[in-house]
Amino acid sequence: MFESLQNKLKVVFEKLATRGRLTEQDVDAALREVRLALLEADVNYKVVKDLVGRVKERAVGVEVMKSLTPAQQVVKIVHEELLKTLGEPSRLNLSGPAPHVVMLVGLQGSGKTTTAAKLALNLRKGNKRALLVAADTYRPAAITQIEVLGKQIDIPVFSEGTQVPPPEITSHALRRAREGAYDVMIIDTAGRLQISEALMGELERIKALVKPQEILLVADAMTGQEAVNVAQGFHERVGLTGLILTKVDGDARGGAAISMREVTGVPIKFLGVGEKSDALEPFHPDRLASRILGMGDMLTLIERAGETMDRSDAERMGRKLVKGEFNLEDFLKQLQEIKKMGPLTQILEMIPGMGRLTQEMAPETTDKQLCTIEAIISSMTREERRNPRVLNGSRKRRVARGSGTTVQDINDLLDQFRQMQRMMKQLGSGGRGMRGLMDMLR
Amino acid sequence: MALFRKTPDERAEGQAKIEASLTKTRQGLFGRISALFQANELTDETWEELEELLIQADLGIDTALRVVERLRTRVHRENIKREDEVRAALADELTRLLTHPAMTSIEEPRRLSVILIVGVNGSGKTTSIAKLAQYYKRRGKRVVLAAADTFRAAAIDQIKIWGERIGVEVIAQAPGADPGAVVYDAIRASQESRQAELLIIDTAGRLHTKYNLMKELEKMRGVCARQVHDAPHETLLVLDATTGQNAISQAKHFKEAAQVTGLILAKLDSTAKGGIVFAIEEELGLPVRFVGTGEKPDDFAEFDPRAFVNGLLDIGY
Repeated sequence: MFESLQNKLKVVFEKLATRGRLTEQDVDAALREVRLALLEADVNYKVVKDLVGRVKERAVGVEVMKSLTPAQQVVKIVHEELLKTLGEPSRLNLSGPAPHVVMLVGLQGSGKTTTAAKLALNLRKGNKRALLVAADTYRPAAITQIEVLGKQIDIPVFSEGTQVPPPEITSHALRRAREGAYDVMIIDTAGRLQISEALMGELERIKALVKPQEILLVADAMTGQEAVNVAQGFHERVGLTGLILTKVDGDARGGAAISMREVTGVPIKFLGVGEKSDALEPFHPDRLASRILGMGDMLTLIERAGETMDRSDAERMGRKLVKGEFNLEDFLKQLQEIKKMGPLTQILEMIPGMGRLTQEMAPETTDKQLCTIEAIISSMTREERRNPRVLNGSRKRRVARGSGTTVQDINDLLDQFRQMQRMMKQLGSGGRGMRGLMDMLR
Repeated sequence: MALFRKTPDERAEGQAKIEASLTKTRQGLFGRISALFQANELTDETWEELEELLIQADLGIDTALRVVERLRTRVHRENIKREDEVRAALADELTRLLTHPAMTSIEEPRRLSVILIVGVNGSGKTTSIAKLAQYYKRRGKRVVLAAADTFRAAAIDQIKIWGERIGVEVIAQAPGADPGAVVYDAIRASQESRQAELLIIDTAGRLHTKYNLMKELEKMRGVCARQVHDAPHETLLVLDATTGQNAISQAKHFKEAAQVTGLILAKLDSTAKGGIVFAIEEELGLPVRFVGTGEKPDDFAEFDPRAFVNGLLDIGY
């Protein structure tokens, strides 16, 4: 993974020892790093050039705010420009009389069929009835795929096999959608290259027949420099109204989103974040911008923690932390929660600045360590967990035998735990402690 | 083995496919390299522009910078002046990044060879498997496919349809079945009733960051190894040519978890350049074995570094 841009910039500015206003020289040095970070994130070369130009214009001569370092000041401006480019989140346009037609288009393998099912499910949550339309007659078993998905989530699928031309299928589907009083019909089209004359013509015919209110480009978050040409190609031929970025649950930085926004100007409507049909998220420009800049993804981490942890549990734990009453029993519980969130290295990668650390840790070893800790605590009596001070030599030997470890391992764990307890208490006392942690995260 | 030695015709055909699939690429982008070098003098801007062009082909900054730097030194050292010579030198530098041993493990004499196919969702695994099966079938191998993607809706139907089209048997179980069990069955069937020489295993698409799913690949490898000596003999990662810098992370994780031995570069018929393969080979030592150049089963060729690079740079063979 990448080191945080901010850290790199810090190094640049340390060399320059800038104070006060940002000079052109400072900004140029910083922007070299910004440019690299954006290119590493797959933002298109030309788009990077424009963006860096805009940042430079804004940054030179800017007074560095008292609360910020020069590095943070530049990152702030870059972040703002990225946010501007990414635009506001936008919902599906479902104005006017039903049925509303939504057409999904994109390259092969970008995730159209899965996204179609996700959209239908999402609409149902808003009490809209959706009809899925199987208009991919080319890829083997594409129709079966959408039918299976439809059955899984209990959404009707309109299909006429592989022999009827897609434009006809969609106009028949529209009739069905009207008769069945559906609110929305979602057309799953075949994957195609934006340079394929015949297939792009087909999309134009579908568009003319059923007049979709939304034509959404479904694009893989891992797309490289080509994203610009793909988005432009589709936009020119069929006129896109929005973008859906898929496979965002991977570790791609997603710079393609910036490129596609820049060339089409249409809003990003959703992000696909998993294989299950409910893994569709609204788009948060702020998070994506941070991710593209390699600044970690704290928000996702926090959200994931919220998903796996019981809220009341978390609150109780929080109170204990503050009071310094956090004991090994609570620690064990927390470990188990963390394990539910995924392998430790993956979690650490989401924390700004920690990405580098994870490079040096093999996922097996860290997760094995977690297991060892779990085994040790599990081998303790309840009394020992609540009050580790009672652990004398004899007790330690028993715990070591029980957990298949050594007394040294147990001492190490107790040391670490005491350190952690101290840190927690400091945090709990507020003020300096909390700020200390924030500084660590920066 | 004589059976697999390529005829000159086949060779030429393969190269033609790679070059043809890159035609749009060179018109769109690399055609400009010629124009670049036709300028009277090679200035700093020329080199910067070249770097830009390489980055736009998804080579990544590090690789692009290194290639430009090497070329620049060489042009200076060898006092290269003519445009075609600069281009030839560039082609040479790029090709050097792709020199790798050919894939021979499948051609070794043994009763059953096993190829495991892995990749992220939507990279083109199933289509590539059909093409690979067709490729080896043409070379006289008795091929069987294992439908071990039991997760994605209709994945089994998809590979079955391909099997019918190319006349290759597909061993499958019901959706949701344990992929390891499918592999086990498929190997047994290949060894016993089907007398197959080559088994190609389709796996479910998985993002390389999903720890448990990557672990599952290890388990499938275990099933292979227990039944067939040294199996799987090749593990190929299918990579979408439109993928950007994330491809390195993909290759790295799949190499670690599934001991990938090479790549299939799919969808090279798009306008994307697949330039990331330079970095993947350099950093991870993973060579490209095959390229997919279209949607038909025959749109497939053995990877030829020279042809790939020449196609990029628009140099006649």
